[in-house]
Amino acid sequence: MNPLILGLVTGVIFGFLLQKGRVLRFEKQLGALRLQDFTIIKFMLSSILVGMFGLLILQQAGWIALSHKPFNLGAVVIGGALFGVGWAVAGYCPGTSVGAVGEGRWHALFAIAGMLAGAALFAEAYPWLRKTVLAWKDFGKIGLPDLLGINPWWCALGLAILYLGLFVWFERRRL
Amino acid sequence: MSTSGGSNGWSPYLAGALVGLLAALSAAATTKVMGKTNFLGASTTFVRAAGLIEKAVVPSHVEKNEYMAKEKVRVDWQFMLVLGILLGASLASRLDGSFSWEAVPPIWKERFGPSPVVRALGAFVGGLVAMFGARLADGCPSGHGLSGLMQMSVSGFVALALFFSVGVLTAHWLYGGKPS
Repeated sequence: MNPLILGLVTGVIFGFLLQKGRVLRFEKQLGALRLQDFTIIKFMLSSILVGMFGLLILQQAGWIALSHKPFNLGAVVIGGALFGVGWAVAGYCPGTSVGAVGEGRWHALFAIAGMLAGAALFAEAYPWLRKTVLAWKDFGKIGLPDLLGINPWWCALGLAILYLGLFVWFERRRL
Repeated sequence: MSTSGGSNGWSPYLAGALVGLLAALSAAATTKVMGKTNFLGASTTFVRAAGLIEKAVVPSHVEKNEYMAKEKVRVDWQFMLVLGILLGASLASRLDGSFSWEAVPPIWKERFGPSPVVRALGAFVGGLVAMFGARLADGCPSGHGLSGLMQMSVSGFVALALFFSVGVLTAHWLYGGKPS
């Protein structure tokens, strides 16, 4: 199969599920960041819980290779913080901005335009960032099981208990 | 369970679990089709799309850019995935009648007024800052948040913690702590 068709089909299903989970909406995004509506948090943790075991099974069977993003300290911390500021102001993250336009929330087009400008600006700043922030400290591509020195199955089990515990807590508190 | 998802929405647990299944199937399918495992993500596509736009205006500038060269300006698997998100969301919202044109979201209107121009500016500036941060951190809530935590990546946990904690602080500063 053509990779472009595979991407499109995967994206259509992803977008369909994001929309059905109602996580594309500005109110849901801000609801999560104002700690008033946990829809997005439930959605993300539920997908992580299922995906974590799915990927672990596939990886252990030798069907796929994991690909950790590098833990470059300065980049992840500063970049993550900047993202948090921008996310709260725009009310969308990159994936949901595109989905939001799909369900008619066309003001998200301006968020997309801003994101394109941000990407272009980053490309201009990259040579400088590579010599500064990105050069500070890179811990490399590490997984939590490696860091803790434990078997990935035990690590996944521990995280699963944590996520399920959070679900129970959300529902008991009616969050 | 709350019904705040709207009358026709699915439980976020169900929709999320299906995305988890999709992520695993997609990892297997990309490995088979492309010879390399690809994970769900979105933000790199914005670099490529920005590169394609720049290329149409000043082609030589893109060729000289180190980051654009590294990320390769082209329409690839993830690019089509992002376009697919738009189509899938459009399809779902048209099928269940939740599609609606919106220029200014209600809670934004309540806080910053009804002007679509002010909302457009806010969306643009927020989007710009968010994407600069996502590229520096090397991922967004899809790439770092979903795909990172599914793989139990250390960078994913740290990135997602920062996305949320700084997002919560910023939202508190913008909208105040009072429930709406």
